[in-house]
Amino acid sequence: MSGTRIWASLLGFGLISILPSIGAGADITLLNVSYDPTRELYREINEAFAKRWQAKTGKTVEIRQSHGGAGKQARAVIDGLEADVVTLAQAYDIDEIAARAGLLPADWQKRLPYNSSPYTSTIVFLVRKGNPKGIKNWDDLVKPGVKVISPNPKTSGGARYNYLAAWGYALQQPGGDEAKAREFVTKLFKNAPILPTGARDATNTFVQRGIGDVLLAWENEALLATKELGKDKFELIVPSVSILAEPPVAVVDKVVDKRGTREVATAYLQFLYSDEAQQIVARNHYRPRVEAAAKAAGVEFPKVKLFTVDEVFGGWNKAHKAHFASGATFDRIYRPGR
Amino acid sequence: MDTALILQPTKPQRGGIGGPSTPATTEPLAVRGVLITIALVFLGVFLGAPLAVVFAEAFAKGTAAYWESLREPDALAAIKLTLLTAALAVPANLVFGVAASWAIAKFDFVGKSVLITLIDLPFAVSPVISGLIYVLLFGLQGWLGPWLAAHDIKIIFAVPGIVLATIFVTFPFVARELIPLMQAQGNEEEEAALSLGASGWQTFRRVTLPNIKWGLLYGVILCNARAMGEFGAVSVVSGHIRGLTNTMPLHVEVLYNEYNFVAAFAVASLLAVLALVTLAVKSAVEWRYRRELKRGGATPGPGGPA
Amino acid sequence: MSPLLGRIKTPSVIPGFGLTLGFTLLYLSLVVLIPLSALILKTTELTWEQFWATVTDPRTLAAYKLSFGASLAGALINLVFGSLAAWVLVRYRFIGRRVLDAMVDLPFALPTAVAGIALTTLYTENGWLGRYLEPLGIRVAFAPLGVVVALTFIGLPFVVRTLQPVIEDLDRELEEAAASLGARRITTLRRVILPELWPAMLTGFTLALARALGEYGSVVFISGNIVGETEIPPLLIIMKLEEYDVGSATAIAVVMLLASFLLLLMINLLQWWSARRHVAARITLRVSPSAGGV
Repeated sequence: MSGTRIWASLLGFGLISILPSIGAGADITLLNVSYDPTRELYREINEAFAKRWQAKTGKTVEIRQSHGGAGKQARAVIDGLEADVVTLAQAYDIDEIAARAGLLPADWQKRLPYNSSPYTSTIVFLVRKGNPKGIKNWDDLVKPGVKVISPNPKTSGGARYNYLAAWGYALQQPGGDEAKAREFVTKLFKNAPILPTGARDATNTFVQRGIGDVLLAWENEALLATKELGKDKFELIVPSVSILAEPPVAVVDKVVDKRGTREVATAYLQFLYSDEAQQIVARNHYRPRVEAAAKAAGVEFPKVKLFTVDEVFGGWNKAHKAHFASGATFDRIYRPGR
Repeated sequence: MDTALILQPTKPQRGGIGGPSTPATTEPLAVRGVLITIALVFLGVFLGAPLAVVFAEAFAKGTAAYWESLREPDALAAIKLTLLTAALAVPANLVFGVAASWAIAKFDFVGKSVLITLIDLPFAVSPVISGLIYVLLFGLQGWLGPWLAAHDIKIIFAVPGIVLATIFVTFPFVARELIPLMQAQGNEEEEAALSLGASGWQTFRRVTLPNIKWGLLYGVILCNARAMGEFGAVSVVSGHIRGLTNTMPLHVEVLYNEYNFVAAFAVASLLAVLALVTLAVKSAVEWRYRRELKRGGATPGPGGPA
Repeated sequence: MSPLLGRIKTPSVIPGFGLTLGFTLLYLSLVVLIPLSALILKTTELTWEQFWATVTDPRTLAAYKLSFGASLAGALINLVFGSLAAWVLVRYRFIGRRVLDAMVDLPFALPTAVAGIALTTLYTENGWLGRYLEPLGIRVAFAPLGVVVALTFIGLPFVVRTLQPVIEDLDRELEEAAASLGARRITTLRRVILPELWPAMLTGFTLALARALGEYGSVVFISGNIVGETEIPPLLIIMKLEEYDVGSATAIAVVMLLASFLLLLMINLLQWWSARRHVAARITLRVSPSAGGV
């Protein structure tokens, strides 16, 4: 009997000691649901914004972060994860939130400058030191014996950019057409033995686990990986042409109206376009929209010819239907048991 | 899966074990040596090495880095959430386990075996599915989602969802432990107490509870270990909000994906310590249980009212 | 006692039937049955063709195959080495035996995510064990073999723990008798001991298999999630969800649910069978001391 009493009191004590600490904190909290490689960026942005907001309104604001593969994150918001703002890898995921859950209007992308994407990035190659396989451009990726690491285009926004970048490159080659592009991308993914679910998982596979010869990665992710995990181990290779990635941001209307956070959420996203935030963006290896910010932050980005999804594929919706939807091109070229 | 079998406290060893074996009933010394070596290598590779690597990686950059990563606010929040989850899920399943085993062990009724199978069911369900069902039920696109949203009740992607998913995966532990124990003890003592005028509650407290206390404790320990360590189910319903809905196992995953291996293994080492404590307490309970059995006789249960 | 209750239950003087059974059914329904029925109902939104196409898709089939194959391999490894370990732990005395015995339950107490990252770290190219295996051309992490390793780990306690009490209960007189009749030790093992242990071994094997089939946490870390090669069904469920394809996710889930339900049934049958085999032996041993207050 005394045993049960001890248990009961232990449990009671545990509950009492835990409960007050949950829910304490700032005047306002925002939830930013984002994709994988933005962890470091938003950690800095959030701090800077909290300072600015407090200076302006006298109120403290705490921004909570949730990160994961873009598909998983959008799915969670659709299922009711109460995100005040979403900052995802591509417009398609936010379109899905608008279409499937009606949490924000379909024309959300028109509400902020530059198609609602305050920073851009591109797809580059990360290879091992000394570039043992001599990889210089997209052509080198389809050579036999080259092991390419890319996340899965079905679940990762970054991977969709990888795929479209390769497709666009093949199209732009002399004599390039849809059939050639398809063949090129098929070969490329034949060289990709592992398809991790998210961009971060792919980087881990390449960098930490030492698998593969070349990682197709976000420029920011590749730069971060070299910075954090050893400059002497990896080299960044910039291909002749790549894709302009425009990760969009949006306020989730139904959530902010319910929580009464519209003002601060809107200010938060507008803050991303400010000089201060643009410099943070540059320092975190994203390409700022304000070019002066990169210079002010002392960051230089490699020159590369970039094309957009709109130019080559006619927008994300079309690209998705043609390439990534169930049974579309990617499903047909990437079959198990090849 | 059906853990009931390992959950049973090991049966009391009868005399003879530990005593000298006659040559006829054991293997030659060399064979014994080889067998022991194989067993040691097998258990060493599959149990020892993973455990060792957790601590080695956690302390790879020294103790200062280790403590630093545990003092981080997000890590503390994860630890608190894990404790809270267990503190809610375990008592819930404890009450259920006692009620279910009372109904099942003390009475005979139609459909009893179906009921036992249904109680076992959560063991058989993959953790991912355990999470998924709550998303289907409480998610914004699910059955109850719109109503919950309209009334501003958050279940999934919040603490209640995490607790619910945890209750689901730890559902059978206490009940599965108590049912066979109470069945083995029979009803005679309770019937005697009742005929002497004790109330139902008194009978339960004074007669039944002392008889089942070790089994109960045993079930609670294992239920608690699983509740604190659940990954798959919780991952589906958590929403992964840093410092808010990340439990310790989820926080381990987050840190692991941030190249922060020392911190990931530091939090993992706490969970490993928890596992070791669980094993130690479990062994202690078994030992106490065996000792009581030795005093009371060879059948499970107490010696009976003198 | 209401007349209805009287009909479904055998009369008893013990109180609390309505209360405890009512609570049990309520709690069971709220936590388990209603949510599970949500899953089944969600699947009915698919047409039969869609359902069939999802669950027989080559990628899904590959995942089932891996899951079943690796679980089977893991359970077999545990059957062989687990039986051996159980024998050693019960029959032999050596230093550290008690600690080792307690450690057998580690896979049960250690969170699967922790097991996942620990095993991955051990078996990668530069891990403690991986660095010796990789030069031999044995790839464990991020390969099907890694899944086998993870599933062996989580299934380890089952065979050992089901066997231990049976080995303890083995009647040594039988072994002595066999020996005195001139049987060699190996013959005794084969003809006398193994037949006694067989039902428990089978039960432990099935339990390990069933546990492995549903496993997620440890496998996702070590498998590398290679499409069509190291994907397991739970991962496919997650992926389908991320592709906004809830219908397919639930279809795969229902198939898994059915499979595990069948296994559960099998386990119960096995336990019933092995209990029956053992009851006769135990009754003769246990009938004398304090058989109850008759």
